Order: sequence, then structure tokens, then C-alpha cells
Amino acid sequence: MTFQLFLQQLINGVSLGSLYGLVAIGYTMVYGILRLINFAHGDVLMVGCYFAFYAILIFSLPWYASFLVAIFLAAALGIVIDRGAYLPVRKAPRISALITAIGVSFLLENLALVIFGGRPKAFYRPPLFGRVIEWGDLRFLTLSLWIPFMTFVLIILLLLIIYRTRAGMAMRAISQDMETVRLMGVDVNRITSMTFALGSALAAAGGILWALKFPQIDPYMGIIPGLKAFVAAVLGGIGNVIGAAAGGFLLGLLEIMLVALIPSLGGYKDAFVFLILIGILLFRPVGMMGEKLPD
Amino acid sequence: MKRVFIGTAILFSGLFLAAGSYAAETIKIGGWLPMTGAVAAYGQDAWGGIQIAMEMKPSVLGGKVEVVVADTKSDKIEAANAMSRLIEKDRVIAAIGEMISGDTLAGGPIAEKAKVPVVSPTATNPLVTQGKKYVFRVCFIDPVQGDVAAKYAFNTLKAKKAALIVDKSQDYCVGLAKFFKDAFSKLGGKIVAETFCVTEDKDFSAQLSTMKPTHPEVIYAPNYYSPVALFTKQARELGVKAPVLSGDGAQADELILIGGKEVEGVAFTGHFNAKAATSPLAKDFIARFEKKFPNKEPNAFHALAADAYFVLLDAITRAKSTHGEAIRAALAKTKNFEAISGKLSIGEDGNAVKPMVINVVKGGKFEYLTTINP
Repeated sequence: MTFQLFLQQLINGVSLGSLYGLVAIGYTMVYGILRLINFAHGDVLMVGCYFAFYAILIFSLPWYASFLVAIFLAAALGIVIDRGAYLPVRKAPRISALITAIGVSFLLENLALVIFGGRPKAFYRPPLFGRVIEWGDLRFLTLSLWIPFMTFVLIILLLLIIYRTRAGMAMRAISQDMETVRLMGVDVNRITSMTFALGSALAAAGGILWALKFPQIDPYMGIIPGLKAFVAAVLGGIGNVIGAAAGGFLLGLLEIMLVALIPSLGGYKDAFVFLILIGILLFRPVGMMGEKLPD
Repeated sequence: MKRVFIGTAILFSGLFLAAGSYAAETIKIGGWLPMTGAVAAYGQDAWGGIQIAMEMKPSVLGGKVEVVVADTKSDKIEAANAMSRLIEKDRVIAAIGEMISGDTLAGGPIAEKAKVPVVSPTATNPLVTQGKKYVFRVCFIDPVQGDVAAKYAFNTLKAKKAALIVDKSQDYCVGLAKFFKDAFSKLGGKIVAETFCVTEDKDFSAQLSTMKPTHPEVIYAPNYYSPVALFTKQARELGVKAPVLSGDGAQADELILIGGKEVEGVAFTGHFNAKAATSPLAKDFIARFEKKFPNKEPNAFHALAADAYFVLLDAITRAKSTHGEAIRAALAKTKNFEAISGKLSIGEDGNAVKPMVINVVKGGKFEYLTTINP
């Protein structure tokens, strides 16, 4: 491999990895606070993309407005899911919540199939994101600069909310001990709903950038980003926001480099991703940046 | 004990149902189609085509034809389940489907065992019908398609160096790539890069960056419409300018909707182009299609699914029976049937012998280039 080619693959890897990281931060945040692996995260991401798609198509909103509307609607969806599906099992064993999350995931996918149809739809990519930057022989889309930038902005925003607001303080407290927080007079259900709203908004933001990069949306589009984000979150230490972004970065780089170095294994790259997951769970379950879990 | 009782009850009711179907009231045919999932466009287009075909020929042997759709979700396991359901629950006498090779391979053995004839519109991998008595198809097979594509690349595009991107999770893509590779090498061309992906893949930047320094003069991408659209889009963005050549799987509207202006010039070997169709059946079909779907153009999946329906009904008529064995025998004897996609005969192994077209994306439409006869 020439140095030129190596650089191009590095750019490809960073571009893909930052997208994984972006989807992973929402995933990991919900886990960090509620200790719930939200398997419906990828499907909220999908629904968010459809919100943006129809906001442009039916209401002819400009793209930036439609993206904002989609993010707010996804946040509302997060609250609805929490109230409808997770609240009834909040006191049940953790495994019940996990199974409920899988149920929500199937429900969203099949609802989308019925409402939006099974055929993929083309997602509009504004010219701002679609320009090609040429740099010698190296090429990348302007979008590849926007994605890491957005990841950075969202992480800062998220950390500000968690560490600088009263609601954030309550979220951190809930992650320590939900019962005690309730005794202190905090409305735990409200804070939990807020957490889901925030997580879903992040999922929609990640989904929209995903759809800008791969401009095709369909009811099953959330499965792969959801799984990759899960692996990225575990890789970075689940519950750790910066770890998730770093995990996503690493995962994207590994995927691209695997295909680049051993092209014949290109069809098995997802298998390698899950091998990494198994390896981490076996040898370092707390991930790269995780601290020892309290229980 | 209770279980046994229910089982017997179901068995008896089943017998009554089976007996009922011979009274020539309705003739139930399975629509074994991928209505959702990775290749949903094929199933939905096929269903559109079958609906028009039912309008044109609504009954056979004095009975009204009913097509029961079972969604295979573009998935091999679900395809096998759907076939079992069609046979055991819906008790169809024959089925049309599946649209892709991997799924047809998964459900074929079940139909074979139950002696229910299956006619696939567009499953092109040779293994689909090999060694099976009850699985037929109304399309050509991939060795022919790979050969035609290689000749087109070598002789018409004057390409001496080819790169490949192959979907490793699909029997169709792996088979077609191999047939192209063999034919292209035999002509004296060179395969400079061979890369792989899976159906769900969206990012092809690593494969494309690997291909780029080998300067391919043509890229053969025998995959389904979504990956071909995203692959070609990313190729142009990464500055890979070689023409992209694909197989019959490319002919779905989504190729153009998703690929946009970047898929202009993508050529592919295919089953059908409305502009090349001449038979009276085709003219009638196209006229009805334009009335029913004013904003669409009939593609291979519409046309071949309708062809599968007509061929099946023709066989039932000749068999004068709704028994699987009789239909099978009649299907195997199909000769010079004037189908929508051209004259077809069922040859050896239950495969159709028929012409092929080469299409190209031009001005956001599938344009017809040429017809190649068998």
C-alpha cells in the first residue's frame, strides 16, 4: 500500500468511525444513566430519518428546519416510548426492560414497514454536505468534516447538560441510586423521560447524518448502526460518552483497514466487528475507558 | 391427548379444504415474494405485474385464480418459512417466486418435497433449478448473463482491465461474478482487483480506494439495486471514473432515485425493456400498466412475474388438472410461449431459453441498448 492510499483509507476510516461514534454517544448515555441497553436506539434513528424525509417532502421545509423538527419529534417519541413501554417495567428485573427494548425495536420496525412501506427511499443531500474536496489524489466529501464536528459539538452539549444543569445532576444521581433519589423528592419518572428524550434526539441527529452519508432510508436501516454503536459503546466502556466516540472512531478505522489490507475478507468485516465485541466482553468488559462497574 | 385431537381436527379440515379446491371454485397460487427487506422493490414490482396479469387472465379451468402473497422479507430463513406456510396453511397448487436466487434456493427443496410446482420470475443462479423437478424459471441463467456482460465489457467498452465488487452473502452475486470473471479472462482481459461486501453494506470507500490505483477500465458490480446505487455514487465521489456494469438485479427505480446523476451510464444485462417488447401480450400488458401506474415504467420484475403467471396458467390449462405432478409435466413441455419478455421455452433443468437485453441508465431512465438472442 502506498502512503497516498494509506492516507485515503485513513480518511475513509475516520469518516466512517466518527459516524459510528456519533450514533454511539446516545446509546451509551442512556445506558450510563439507566443501566438499560436500549436496543430500540437504532430504530429511533430510523424513525428520525423518516421524520426528516417527510418534513422535506410533505411540508416542503428547508433542510435545516426539517432536521431540527425531526430531532424534536424523535425526542417526543423517546418520551412516548419511555412512558408506554419502559415505565411499566421500571421496577421489574433488568432483563424485563431489556426484552421490552427488543419488543419496542420490532414494533418500530414493523410500524415503519406498514406506514412508510418496505421500499427504500432516497434521502435528500444538501449541496453543502455533498461537495467533494480534492487534495492531490485524496478525496473526501465535505460531509466527512461535518460528522466529526457534529460529534464534537454534541458531546460538549451533552456533557454540559449532564454536568452543568440540575436535571443533569439528577440524571447522574439516578445512575447511582434511583430509590434514594426518589426519597430526596426528585421526580424520577420525569428525569428518566428526559434522558430518553435526549437519547432519542441524539439518535435522530446521528441518523440524519447517517442518511446524508448513505442517502437511502428504509425501515431496517437502524439495525446495523444500532449494532455498530453498541459495539462502539462497549469498546469505549459502556456508559462513557467520550469512550463511545473513541470506540466508534476505532471501530470505523478497523473496519476500513481490514478491507484495505485484506480485500478478500471484505465480505466478513461485520463478523470481525462482533469478534471484537466478544473479545472485549471476555477480556476487558469495562472497555477502553470504562471504570470498574459498581455491581 | 388434547394435542392429538386438535392435530387430527386440523388434518381433517385440511382434507376438506383440499377436496374443496377440486370443485373448481378458486385456484390458489402462491405469490412467494420479497415484499419487504433488502430487495423489497423486486417483490413489490412483481406483485404489481401479477395484478395486471390477473386482470388479463383472471381464471383457469373455469375457476377464478387467487394469488396468496407470502412475504419472504428478502431473507433465506423467512423464504423457507413462507414456502411452508403457502403449502401447508394456504394449500396453494403452485407458486410464483422467489425473485432472488438465494431465497429460491432456500425454499425450493420444500416445494420439491411437497410436489408443488414453483416458477421463479428472476432467480438466475444455475443451482436454483439443478436437480429439482418442481422448480422452474422464466428467465435466463447466470453463465449466459456473465458471458454477455464480459463480451460487452471487452468488445464494446474496449476494457482490458476489470475490477469487481461482489456481495458475498448472495448466491446470485457470487455466481454471476464468477461467470463474468471466467468469461472476461478467456477473452484476454485481466481482473485487476476483486473486492467483497455484504447486502447490508453502505460504505464502499475502502473497496473503492483499493480499486482506484489499479486503474480499472470497467467495474463489474453484479449486486442488487441499493448497493449498486450507493457503490456507484461513492465511486464518482472518490474519483473512480470507470464505467460500472451490473446484472439484471440493477433494474429497479431505486437505482436511479438513490444513485441520482452518479448512476448515469450504468449499463446492465437484463430481462426486459418495454421499448424492445413486441409480442401482442406485451403490448396489452404495457398499455394496462401505463393506465394502472401512470408514473412508472414497466421493468423486468413487473414483466417476468406476469410471465411466470401466464406460463403457469398455460401449463395448468394444458394439464387440465390442478395436481402438482400434472402441472409439473405440462410446465416442462412449455414450447415457444409468446411471453411479455419474448418467446420462451422451458429447456433442460426447467430453465428458460430466451433473449437477453442490455440496458443503460440515461437521462434518469432505463434505456434500451441491444437484444442478444440465445
